Amino acid sequence: MENNNDHQIKKVAVICAKGNLEDVYASLVLANGAVMDGKEAKLFFTFFGMDAVIKKRMNKLQTATVGNPALRLPNGWRMPKWLGMIPGMQNMVSSMMKKQMDELDVPPVDEFLDMITAGGGEVYACQLAFDMFKLKKEDLSDHVSDILTVGEFYEQAAGEDSQIIFT
Amino acid sequence: MAQKTIAGVNVDVTEEGYLEDYKQWNEDIAKEIAKEEGIELTDKHFEVLKFLREKYEEGAGLTIRKVGKSGVTDIKEFYKLFPGGPLKKSSKIAGIPKPTSCV
Repeated sequence: MENNNDHQIKKVAVICAKGNLEDVYASLVLANGAVMDGKEAKLFFTFFGMDAVIKKRMNKLQTATVGNPALRLPNGWRMPKWLGMIPGMQNMVSSMMKKQMDELDVPPVDEFLDMITAGGGEVYACQLAFDMFKLKKEDLSDHVSDILTVGEFYEQAAGEDSQIIFT
Repeated sequence: MAQKTIAGVNVDVTEEGYLEDYKQWNEDIAKEIAKEEGIELTDKHFEVLKFLREKYEEGAGLTIRKVGKSGVTDIKEFYKLFPGGPLKKSSKIAGIPKPTSCV
């Protein structure tokens, strides 16, 4: 692939506002990919995305089997709505997705955050969501370096050739 | 395919400077590519390069996670050894192709 851009992205700030497995992983892959390439990366978790940095929940994220029209059965058929509603189905589908990701060396959330922070990426939680969900500091994973207001987040995101990505 | 003389040896390289044939690699070539990348190679670097080359020979797709679990180094150290893109830089210095993984 040819790349004629003289200009490179130097920094990304990724906002993760949803707590579905796939939304959280989108944020993690983007942030980790930036760190891997020597770019600065900031990850900001807010609203339901906070689950990804809540110790007790971070490795138990799920993908929705109801209201997810793109979800397919292993044979390629659309998952019927009634099937997605069966108790345990969401759990099973989520486990399967995690297994398939692990085969591609995509780690569980806590290990992924280890990788990102080991490479110099920074992880933040949202003050408003933190207050709204009545969380305590000890509920949050140690990867979280600070709890920020939106203004502070913008300060963190600022810089030349910096991009904000919302997933 | 481009030709380049590295450490007195004529080697085939890609546009981005990765060796086309990992068998053309030797330690002096590694040192010279590393110098271009601003890295002075130590024994630890060579341990990592050896691991990468072995894995490549086995046909394994390389990821940062694999390097972290190699027992040779951990992820934090890997980033310190090859600052600013550890997997790409180390692959280039190890004479193996540019990594294609997203993780």
